[in-house]
Amino acid sequence: MSDLAIQRLSAQSTSMTPELALRDIIGMTKRNLLRIIRTPQLLAMSIAQPAIILLLFRYVLGGAIHVPGINYVDYVVPGIFLEAVLIGGMTTSLALAQDLQAGMIDRFRSLPMARSAFLAGRTLADICRSMLALAFIIGLGLVVGFRFNNNFGSCLAGIGLIILFGYAFIWVYAAVGLAVKDPQTAQVAAILPMFVLFFASSAVVPVATMPGWLQPFARNQPASVVINSVRALFEGGPLSPDLWQAIAWCLGILAVFFVVSLNLYRKAAA
Amino acid sequence: MVTTTSMDDSGDRGSSHERDWNGHGGHAVITAAVEVDGMSKRFGSTLALDNVSLSVEAGRVLALLGPNGAGKTTLIRILTTLLAPDSGRARIAGLDVQRDPKAIRSLIGLAGQYASVDEMLTGRENLELVGLLYHLERSEYRRRAQDALERMTLTGAGDKPVKTYSGGMRRRLDLAASLIGRPPILFLDEPTTGLDPRTRNGLWQFIEELVAEGTTVLLTTQYMEEAEHLADGIVVLDTGCVVAQGTADELKDQLGGDVLEIRVTDVADLERAATLVAEFGDVVPRLNPDLKEVSLPVKGSAKVLIAAGRALDDGGIALDDLGIRRPSLDDVFLSFTGHRTATGEDAEVGGGSVGGSDE
Repeated sequence: MSDLAIQRLSAQSTSMTPELALRDIIGMTKRNLLRIIRTPQLLAMSIAQPAIILLLFRYVLGGAIHVPGINYVDYVVPGIFLEAVLIGGMTTSLALAQDLQAGMIDRFRSLPMARSAFLAGRTLADICRSMLALAFIIGLGLVVGFRFNNNFGSCLAGIGLIILFGYAFIWVYAAVGLAVKDPQTAQVAAILPMFVLFFASSAVVPVATMPGWLQPFARNQPASVVINSVRALFEGGPLSPDLWQAIAWCLGILAVFFVVSLNLYRKAAA
Repeated sequence: MVTTTSMDDSGDRGSSHERDWNGHGGHAVITAAVEVDGMSKRFGSTLALDNVSLSVEAGRVLALLGPNGAGKTTLIRILTTLLAPDSGRARIAGLDVQRDPKAIRSLIGLAGQYASVDEMLTGRENLELVGLLYHLERSEYRRRAQDALERMTLTGAGDKPVKTYSGGMRRRLDLAASLIGRPPILFLDEPTTGLDPRTRNGLWQFIEELVAEGTTVLLTTQYMEEAEHLADGIVVLDTGCVVAQGTADELKDQLGGDVLEIRVTDVADLERAATLVAEFGDVVPRLNPDLKEVSLPVKGSAKVLIAAGRALDDGGIALDDLGIRRPSLDDVFLSFTGHRTATGEDAEVGGGSVGGSDE
């Protein structure tokens, strides 16, 4: 009995390779996608919320807002696209806090899986969900009168920029979820950056209409920079210098919060 | 079996990626599956582990016995690479837990008191995911998941979401998940806490089968019965300290002799009965007013029994029962820690709740 046990202890472990890490990430992404598909009510809410905001600004408030040089529907709808990916990221905080509480994280951390796969699998599954919500909101936008006025490539680039922004913010939400560790708190905490970024931006009204003290923030914060670039890509005309700034914002946020989240994950179970 | 190891500093302290080879001429033999040396861990003002040393030989079962808050879970978390100790060393199959956590993770399985399974996934999906993360081939983990479901009698529920499972089913699935990688060393943190007796017996049988296949097991428990049934060696842990260790028989022998047990008819006589028999033992008699019992470890059983009977009779104390018995592990635990372990009944009461957390 003991000889067998000694023999079993001597088994060599496999070392981590990029192929194995990728396999772990795909496996974890699949797990999280299954969880998303099996909570259709949450999925429906993450689509319904931006849909309501869209209809609100199109039909209730839109009539009172005039933006010079552009139909308001064409002005506001790209902003709602961005809101759709921002709101989708909120469930990242919730899901990570849930995994921390349910002890799932202990299971995963005691397995020989790639360390990065836990968070990568989460964020990749969540961006898939955000893309689904975005597709729905684009469809709804077209129904209520929004039109892409530029060539196909530019419009596609605009949508790509929205998705990049959404993915960067999923990492922000990941950090929030790992930091607060409690699903209820995570849900509330995740609303804050969404409100600040979405409403204090050029998403629904031009920054020039805001009070002077707010303008510097509203003009330069990442959501505004990204929305301005996206509008330019959808509307045509000269490429805004904002575009490179927007991409830089997205990549910077992604890099910083990737590192922050990874560190929080390492400490989360201690 | 279970010994306190005072590790010598000679040998491989410097080699971070080599096993603790005990053989000669490159012939590698690892005999200790788990070695813990002078381990301490503090959470704020609480010393969760205080200079704990123990070892588990390959193929053996060691039970860490102790009440809530004794430090059992903390030790398991350190040994499974989830938590870093403040001081001390631990080696799993000769690998240092702090230097080689990655290599250790492919040698261990962990099943906790909270079943770490995904509620939204089916039992089979849970097992296949863990198999994938142990880096098994697809065909292999699918086969093993099927085997595990059969072995745990979960075949019928295998394709249902875990949220529909009962507590016992979840626990069985959790254990199955920890076994998918066929790890040679298994850590079970209170594997049967809150389970009904039938499910508990089933799990015990299963753990015995694993040990017969050469698996080394380190389990924590609050139940004397469980430690006695499953373990080759027992380490009694209390408020972070190892207070006793040995086999069940060794621990009982440490108590010396037998236990005199008196049950009085009227609880008002309890104190007086204890005073009357105190001279027969070396320690102060223990009173249990709930059971109207006095118990006292004694030597020289028959003579003591007669003398005690006479003394109590002379004192005019009415008795329901008077006897001498072999000490139970409960007596051992009581004498080392000053409080009793959880009884089977407590487990039933606490069943289903997840509030019974160790630290």
